Amino acid sequence: MSEVAQLLVNGLVAGTILAVPAIGFTAIYAVLRFPNFTVASHATIGAFAGYVANTAGGLPAWAAVGVAFVVAGAAGVVNDEIVLKPLRPAGALTAAIAAVALTIVLENVVRFVWGNDLRGYDLPIRRDWQWAGLRIGPQQVENLAIAVLAMAALFLFLAFTRTGKAMRAVADNPMLAGIKGINADMVGRLVNFVGMGLAGIGGMLLGLDTSIDPLTGFRVILSVFAAAVVGGLGSIPGAVVGALTIGVAEELSLLSLAPAYRTAVGFAAILVVLTLRPRGLLGERAY
Amino acid sequence: MEGYLVAMATFAALYALLALGLNLVWGMTGMINLGLVGFYAVGAYVSALLTKKAGWPMAAGVLAGMLLAAMAGAALALVTARLRGDYLAIITLGFSEVVRLVASNEIWLTNGTDGISGIPGPWRGQVTPATFNLIYLGLAGVAVAAVYLAMQRVRHSPYGRVLRAIRDDDQVAAVAGKPVIAFKVEAFAVSAAVLGLAGALYGHYTSYIAPEGFVPLISIYIVLALTAGGTGSNTGAVVGAFLVVFFLESTRFVTAALPGLKPVQVAAVREFLIGASLIVVLRVRPAGLVPERLPRHVPPAAPATGAAR
Repeated sequence: MSEVAQLLVNGLVAGTILAVPAIGFTAIYAVLRFPNFTVASHATIGAFAGYVANTAGGLPAWAAVGVAFVVAGAAGVVNDEIVLKPLRPAGALTAAIAAVALTIVLENVVRFVWGNDLRGYDLPIRRDWQWAGLRIGPQQVENLAIAVLAMAALFLFLAFTRTGKAMRAVADNPMLAGIKGINADMVGRLVNFVGMGLAGIGGMLLGLDTSIDPLTGFRVILSVFAAAVVGGLGSIPGAVVGALTIGVAEELSLLSLAPAYRTAVGFAAILVVLTLRPRGLLGERAY
Repeated sequence: MEGYLVAMATFAALYALLALGLNLVWGMTGMINLGLVGFYAVGAYVSALLTKKAGWPMAAGVLAGMLLAAMAGAALALVTARLRGDYLAIITLGFSEVVRLVASNEIWLTNGTDGISGIPGPWRGQVTPATFNLIYLGLAGVAVAAVYLAMQRVRHSPYGRVLRAIRDDDQVAAVAGKPVIAFKVEAFAVSAAVLGLAGALYGHYTSYIAPEGFVPLISIYIVLALTAGGTGSNTGAVVGAFLVVFFLESTRFVTAALPGLKPVQVAAVREFLIGASLIVVLRVRPAGLVPERLPRHVPPAAPATGAAR
C-alpha cells in the first residue's frame, strides 16, 4: 500500500515537471500548427545552459533555471527564424522532418562542446524528508515548486496580458487574428521563445534529478509527446492533465514492468487514447 | 579497396530499398514515417531470430520479417488514419524508440545491447568472404531491381493515381468514392514490408545486429536520400540512396582529416553535417535531383473543332 502511495507521489511530481516541456510543445503546435520535435534539443540546450550557470557561474539551481529558460527560448527563436519558418509554407510535415534534422544538428553542437559524458549539477546534499512512510527529496520539492511557478506565470500571462490574448487569438483563428491586426510573425516568435524556454526549464528540472548529457532531451521526448497527445494536441490545460496522467502511469508501471519500459508507457498511452478518444482527454483546443 | 567499394554498394542497395519503401508512403501517398528505422529493425530481428534460433530457412525468415513489419505498419496507420498527419509523425517516431527499447531490454530473446551475432548468410562459410560479399551485392541488387519495378508499376497504375490523389487532397479522393483509409493502411503496410525486407537483408549480410544499429539517425539518412533524390520519384529514391552513402563516406574521410578533434567530436561533426544537409536540401532543392514527373495520360487527339473550353 505504502509502495503504491510512494509511486503516486513520485508520479505526481514527475508529471508536474513533465507538464512544463509538454506545454511548450503543445503551445507551439497550437500557434504554428506543426509538431516541433526540436523541443528535445532545446530541452538539452536549457539543461546545459543551466549547468554552465550553476557550475561555472555558481548560481543556485533555482536561479540557473531562469538562465535555462532564457537561453533555450532565445535559441528557439533563432533556430526557428533561420531553419523552420522558411519551410513552414511547404507544409506541416516538411517542417516536422526539418525539425527532426534540426534536433540532430543541435544535439551534436552540444556533443561537440561537452562530449557524451554524464554531468551532474552542483547541488547541496540534503537528507530526504519522511512523512507517514513516504519519502520525498528537498530537491524534488524545489523542482515541483519551480514547475508550478513556471506554469502559473504562463497561465497568468495568457489570461491577462494583451500579448497573451493575442497568442490565444492566433491559435484559435489565425485569419481572424490577422484581420484584427495581430502580427502573426511576432506571435510566432513569442510562442517559440516561451515554448522552447519551457522546454529548456523542463530539460534542466529533469537533469537536476539525475544527470545530463546530449541525449537528455531526446530521452524524454516520448513522454512529452504522450502528455500532449493524451491531453489533446494544442490544448495547454490538456498538456497538464496529460502530463500528470503519463507521470503517474509511468511510475505505476513499475509495479509490473521493468524500469526500462517506463518510456514505452507513454507510447502505449498514445495508442490507447488515439484509438478511443482521438482528440485527447480535454479535446484539441487551444487555450 | 575493392572490398570496401563492394560493401558500400551493398549498403547503398539496402538504403535504396529503404528509400523506395519510404517513397511509397511519403512520396506517393503523402503519409510521413519518421520512425522507418523501427520497421527496418523489426525485419532484421525477426529474420535473424527465426533463422538463427528456430532454424528456419533464410527465405522464410525474410518473409516473416516483412510480414511482421507490415502488420506493425498497418496497425500504426489504422490508429492514425482519420487524424492529421502530425499524429503519424509522432507515433512513428515513438514506435522506432519502443522497438529499440524492446530490443535492448528483452535480453532472453534479443541478447540486449550485446546484439545477435552469427546470423546465417547465403553460402557464408562455403565460399571466401570476398565471394560472399559479391554474391550478396548481387542479391541486394536483385532485390532493389524487383522492388523498383514493383513500385514503378504501382506508380503508373490506377492504384498509384489514387495514392497521389490522397496525397494531394484526401477529402477529394474520398468524395470521388475511394476508400481512403483502406488505401492508406495498405500503402503503409506494403511500405513497412519493404522496410522490413531491407532490415532482414541487412542482418543476413552483416551477420550481426544490435540496437545501436537502429538509431533515429538512420531514418534521417533515408529521408535525406529520398529528398535529395526526388520525393515521389522511384528513380530519385535509388539515386538518392547512392548519393547518401557516398556523402556519408566522404564525411568520414573529411572529418578524419580535421586536426585536433577527439573521436566524439568527429562523430558529432558527421552527424551535424548529415542533419544540416537535409535542412539545406529541403530549402534549396526540395524537388530533388530527379524530380517527380507525373505520368501523363496522353488524351486521344482532340477533334479540332475549335470549341472553346
